[in-house]
Amino acid sequence: MNLPKPFLTARQTQKVGYAALAGIAVLTVIPIIALFIYILIAGLPAISWEFLSGFPRDGMRSGGILPAILGTLYLTLGTALFSVPPGIAAAVYLAEYAPDNGLTRTIRIAMINLSGIPSVVYGLFGLGLFVLFLKFGTSILAASLTLSIMTLPVIISTTEEALRSVPTSFRVVSISMGASKWETIWRIVLPQGLPGIITGIILGLERAAGETAPILFTGAAFFLPNLPNSPLDPTMALPYHLFVISTQIPGMPIQIQYGTVLVLLTFVLGMNLIANFIRSRARARRHW
Amino acid sequence: MTSSNPSLESTRPPARRTEWIITLLIRVAGYLSIFYVALISLFLLKEGLPALTDVPLSSLAGKFWYPIEGYYSLWPLIFGSLTVTLGAALFAVPLGLGTAIFLSEVAPKWVKETLKPLVELLAGLPSVVLGFVGILVLSPFIRKAFDLPTGLTAFTGALLLGWAAIPTIVSIAEDALYGVPRSYREAALAVGATPWQVIWGVTLPAARSGVLTAVMLGIGRVIGETMAVMMVTGNAPVLPSGLGALFGPVRTMTATIASEMGEVATGSQHYQVLFLIGIVLFALSLIINITAFMVSNRRTQRVERLLS
Amino acid sequence: MDKIVIEHLSLNYSDGTESLKDVSLRIPANQITVLFGPAGGGKSTLLRCINRLNDLADVTMLSGRVLLNGVDVLDPHTNVTELRRRVGMVFSRPVPLPLSIYQNITYGLEIAGERRKARLDEAVERALRQVVLWDEVSDRLQDPAHALSGGQQQRLCIARVLALQPEVILLDEPTSALDPVSTFKIETTLRELRSELTIVLAPHSTQQAARIADTAAFFLAGELVEMQEGEKLFVNPKDPRTQDYIQGRFG
Ligand SMILES: Nc1ncnc2c1ncn2[C@@H]1O[C@H](COP(=O)(O)OP(=O)(O)OP(=O)(O)O)[C@@H](O)[C@H]1O
Ligand SMILES: [Mg+2]
Repeated sequence: MNLPKPFLTARQTQKVGYAALAGIAVLTVIPIIALFIYILIAGLPAISWEFLSGFPRDGMRSGGILPAILGTLYLTLGTALFSVPPGIAAAVYLAEYAPDNGLTRTIRIAMINLSGIPSVVYGLFGLGLFVLFLKFGTSILAASLTLSIMTLPVIISTTEEALRSVPTSFRVVSISMGASKWETIWRIVLPQGLPGIITGIILGLERAAGETAPILFTGAAFFLPNLPNSPLDPTMALPYHLFVISTQIPGMPIQIQYGTVLVLLTFVLGMNLIANFIRSRARARRHW
Repeated sequence: MTSSNPSLESTRPPARRTEWIITLLIRVAGYLSIFYVALISLFLLKEGLPALTDVPLSSLAGKFWYPIEGYYSLWPLIFGSLTVTLGAALFAVPLGLGTAIFLSEVAPKWVKETLKPLVELLAGLPSVVLGFVGILVLSPFIRKAFDLPTGLTAFTGALLLGWAAIPTIVSIAEDALYGVPRSYREAALAVGATPWQVIWGVTLPAARSGVLTAVMLGIGRVIGETMAVMMVTGNAPVLPSGLGALFGPVRTMTATIASEMGEVATGSQHYQVLFLIGIVLFALSLIINITAFMVSNRRTQRVERLLS
Repeated sequence: MDKIVIEHLSLNYSDGTESLKDVSLRIPANQITVLFGPAGGGKSTLLRCINRLNDLADVTMLSGRVLLNGVDVLDPHTNVTELRRRVGMVFSRPVPLPLSIYQNITYGLEIAGERRKARLDEAVERALRQVVLWDEVSDRLQDPAHALSGGQQQRLCIARVLALQPEVILLDEPTSALDPVSTFKIETTLRELRSELTIVLAPHSTQQAARIADTAAFFLAGELVEMQEGEKLFVNPKDPRTQDYIQGRFG
């Protein structure tokens, strides 16, 4: 028999294929590394105590970014306030109480939808409900509420996962000793799930801290001479500030832009690092 | 409590009341997601639907987005979104799936453990940072590379958003591939297939619903992307003419809302139409996400038996 | 005197398994009653009916009565919390709660509302002495319980139940994961506990059943085949199926 010899043997095809896949992965990852190094190198020279602790001057063309840093902090805390308690409670419901029925499925579909809604649509909704209908005005309160709804699905799903990973045997033992369901959750399940819950919260807030579109019309201010005095005041925020200085102000010194990016990234990635640290430490420590 | 010998028939002790309240609160919180989705639909519809009656249909169905003169055609914006999204998908799907396959099927453990966190890092990158880099690095590069009058084009947006969508695709697709039982692969290897053939012939087909979900959610992410696309696509709400449009400025639906909502009077036609665009985006994301949910139909059911 | 009386108990799970079929038996006080038989016979199911732990499972049909001191525990008005304090349970795998040794033992008491430190200390020492664990762990009560060996963990689990001063303890294959020495220690403890409480045990082997049973009940596919004093049953079973099983012809 004289079969025509294939162009490549199966082995050779595999080699070529693997090389191509590796190439693709490298192509994906290289720009990521490059971007971070680039921002770090370009941004570091801009960082000074004055930059971090001062107010913007000369139409933001010099001075510092303190109001934006603080504003992002306020918004993040506000978001936490409105998303963490209901998020954890909802996760407890899904992990511990929810029956496997149509209503629960509807909840899951709703969560998936919440996590898929474009961020600018959240902005519209926040404008319609919080700013105009509830008359909170363009304010930290309205922006935090808007961000909290956006963050909710992240917190719910990571918390639910953390709770589900707590072994069922603990629950059974606790119940068998006369504890009620809630006592079991409160004394055993929640404490054991805590590192996972905290990780999820931080990951959710990380996203909120970096968002611009949802706060555009709900709480972000272009420039403010003073720090906000109450939750009903608008605030500057790092991501929006970056948008402003990189697109809206002609003749903006590039140094300040790079410095702002670096601070924003440090804020956001710092949260990410903390979350991952908590997660890996808890994994190493737990014995089940 | 333990000292006496209370009857087994005693009814609920008072502590049960707090427990009842807590359980109620938990249940209410459980339904919160449904409530929020309903609330969002309600307010978008309330603010946006009047556009259909207040704005002349000839304007909405026309060819121009020129709000100052009362031209509110959504077509240029839809085309803008479509161009950028398709371009991004063409770029992100092969790279994302390739990376996912590499990570799950080919890469040794240490490579995987180095690359994965990097990809996740990209997922956490705020959209305005992406836009910033797009303006400063990508767009000058594109302008020179293609000898264009401006680097702020649909193509720039597509590249940038495609790259930003990669983490979504990678993480969902990798999960799906990882979830394919080892035994499938082993069965194919046992009859003499090479690992490469197994990837294409067994693993990918077995994971296809997850892979499809990954692609859909990746695309969903691109459609909803706002800041980055607004910063790098040049903000020109014009109907594209021919393929060359890819290398000219466009304006997506999201960017339109973000750049114009700040300046409109509440309740004006312009305001209503921007909400109408929001309804379109909301509906799109509903369709994509519900379909993805149906396709993957991941049920988070407890596998563990409840009792020993 | 009979501590527990089970009358015509039948139970199905949602998957359709008829796990108990019209089971009636009397469990005498201050004895070790052993429920044995091949896998799937319904022993665990029966144990979990006595402390209503089956409330957690997908039970689709339940009929009959389980009387504890003459009161039907299956009654919907039963205070299950109180029931579970009086009827403690030990599982086949030692499951220390993710707490310290001390907290594992006080867990049930604290849930029951006991806050007084002196009472708790006292209960911990008494319970640990009952299971002969006190000397081994008294100097490290605040250590996490999972640091103990498997045998120590299981004795801790028994102590945890004893701390509530129950009237009955149910043990579902309590030594199946343990070495012979630990098994021996636990069996010795159980014999001593007889004077204070009633013990119902599903052993993991026929040998253990024979070693420890005051009374033995043989279960096969959800049915009670026969029940009599342990010494008689293992020497001279009435039912041929029991005989076959004991002699190792099946199961
Ligand atoms: N939670 C449950 N859900 C559904 N079916 C169950 C459940 N628990 C037990 N069963 C079924 O009920 C029957 C009796 O099980 P049970 O665990 O009571 O038997 P057992 O005598 O304890 O057996 P083993 O010696 O294996 O522990 C079996 O067919 C089992 O599959
Ligand atoms: Mg059993």
